[in-house]
Amino acid sequence: MAAQNLQSVPDALSPEGLKGEQERAAQLEAEGQAYFDRVMSEDSRIEPKDWMPAAYRKTLLRQISQHAHSEIIGMQPEANWISRAPSLKRKAILMAKVQDEAGHGLYLYSAAETLGQSRDKMMDDLIAGKARYSSIFNYPALTWADMGAIGWLVDGAAICNQVPLCRASYGPYGRAMVRICKEESFHQRQGFEILLELSNGTPAQKQMAQDAVNRWYAPALMMFGPPDDDSPNSKQSMAWNIKRFSNDELRSRFVGMMVEQVRVLGLTLPDSEVRFNEETKKWEHGPLDWEEFKEVLAGRGPCNAQRLERRREAHDDGAWVREAAAAYAAKQARKNAQKEFAA
Amino acid sequence: MTAPEQTETTGHGDISVGVAGSGDSSASATRITPGNALRPEDIALEVRTGLAKPTEDVAEYALRLGDDALILAQRLGHWISRAPELEEDVALGNIALDQLGHARSFLSYAGGAWEKSEDDLAYFRREHEFRSAHLFEQPNGDFAVTIARQFVVSYYQFELYRRLTQSSDATLAAIAAKAVKEVDYHRDHSAQWILRLALGTEESRRRIIHGLRLIWPYVQELFEDDELTHRLAEAGAAVEPSSIKEDFDRLTGEVLAEAGLEVPDVPAAPGGGRRGRHSEHLGYILAEMQVLAREHPGASW
Repeated sequence: MAAQNLQSVPDALSPEGLKGEQERAAQLEAEGQAYFDRVMSEDSRIEPKDWMPAAYRKTLLRQISQHAHSEIIGMQPEANWISRAPSLKRKAILMAKVQDEAGHGLYLYSAAETLGQSRDKMMDDLIAGKARYSSIFNYPALTWADMGAIGWLVDGAAICNQVPLCRASYGPYGRAMVRICKEESFHQRQGFEILLELSNGTPAQKQMAQDAVNRWYAPALMMFGPPDDDSPNSKQSMAWNIKRFSNDELRSRFVGMMVEQVRVLGLTLPDSEVRFNEETKKWEHGPLDWEEFKEVLAGRGPCNAQRLERRREAHDDGAWVREAAAAYAAKQARKNAQKEFAA
Repeated sequence: MTAPEQTETTGHGDISVGVAGSGDSSASATRITPGNALRPEDIALEVRTGLAKPTEDVAEYALRLGDDALILAQRLGHWISRAPELEEDVALGNIALDQLGHARSFLSYAGGAWEKSEDDLAYFRREHEFRSAHLFEQPNGDFAVTIARQFVVSYYQFELYRRLTQSSDATLAAIAAKAVKEVDYHRDHSAQWILRLALGTEESRRRIIHGLRLIWPYVQELFEDDELTHRLAEAGAAVEPSSIKEDFDRLTGEVLAEAGLEVPDVPAAPGGGRRGRHSEHLGYILAEMQVLAREHPGASW
């Protein structure tokens, strides 16, 4: 069902005609809602041209664009180590990984564009500080071991969050997530491998690995979002089949996975309260500093200003290049049109 | 050794048609090409097991090509997360990765002559031991300078690797055969940007003209022969750099003509990179690249 049908201009503007038009619009709206509800109840998919509630569109647009921004800002902490990667193989892997993130940003901006907003607008909002991205990227990547910890913990948490999104009710989002998740699982494995190598290396390397895990553990757990009783949007997102599991549920699942993997790494999690609750059959963790989470979210994290400034700088420095490309494309199009006309 | 006919990897073709150039864009270090991909690890293994061992001359030569590619990869890697648009983060990242792949292959092979690994060579040599030409260490500048550098590099490397596929040294020939496909795509990328920038806006035209003028002094060094290349050319393992100048001039000239640009009339710099004499830039590049590896000598990563 095409959304534009709902906004068609009435033929006759007589009071009767107008009234008829309003009734018709209301009827189309009702039909659209019924279709949407059926799709939700069948756990099927909404596609870009289908009717959808305005709030559903808004929620998705916010979520997908934030996700895209996170990929783009998330390139920065890792790009910070490309030039200093300690072996050529690691340098190649890291370059490929950061490049993948640019690719994820591209798919996600495209998915968001199907909801009716341009990539330029989304980028402008990001640079203006109006749009959010994952707070995790406002922490600094201080040592090489952070490349391991980011891959293992941050990408690991992202995968827990994102695998259920492959089934999100909005088609373009779900499909983008399938491809992204495949690459993310590779990213997580390379992070694990970096830590494993460090942990089995010299004492200094092992210490570097443990220090990185210590710093990234809590921020990674907070990536799942606030506790369920403090997450106002979750319920609606779950009803819309965008979100499938609650924040706490995903967090607990993630902790369980990390407990197993950290043993293989020969490292420890900086959390003495991690335990499996036999009654609830769920993993539990120690308290998280939600004040810190809110501070970083409010822009008062270690790297908020730096990350935004870097994006702004790249965008501004590149303006003349984008203008040149657009001008050249327009000239080529005119030339081709003239050729066609002559022929 | 003669240059093969350009049948497999054709020239740039009709560059005025826009995005669909002739570059084999399916060839890239980041794509899996089973049965075709020659990985640096394969070369390192062949070297370790004695299946392949370069002569001293071939090793010296591979070191030059490996250093060129490595220093360029280090420069290009800086653009990732800073490019003018996301598509260019991906494209420049891809080119950097391809170059790094070539560097690893050449260095792994070169190291076979001296029982050194690619990492020994990359991280534990000093400035004067590097053999890269000055062009590769030139700063990124703005996007136009980077494109100007890419333009020269990709047309030079394409002509070089195309000929090296016929090398009497089987490993050099195999590395070149993989690299030439990737560099063909780099050529396409740089030529299209030369056109866009030259024919886009007044500002972009001004900048690309400036970029080409900054880069062109370092072109001559690429085509200088010396005793090593002379011996290798005689043996059929490589070609004299001077012998590829004509094709380079013709093909870059075609693109510049289409862009309405002239070959910059600037004096050539003396170079010296092949003898270990570098510009001021290389020291900083190495300081950054090597710092962590040198903090932990003997460590594995």
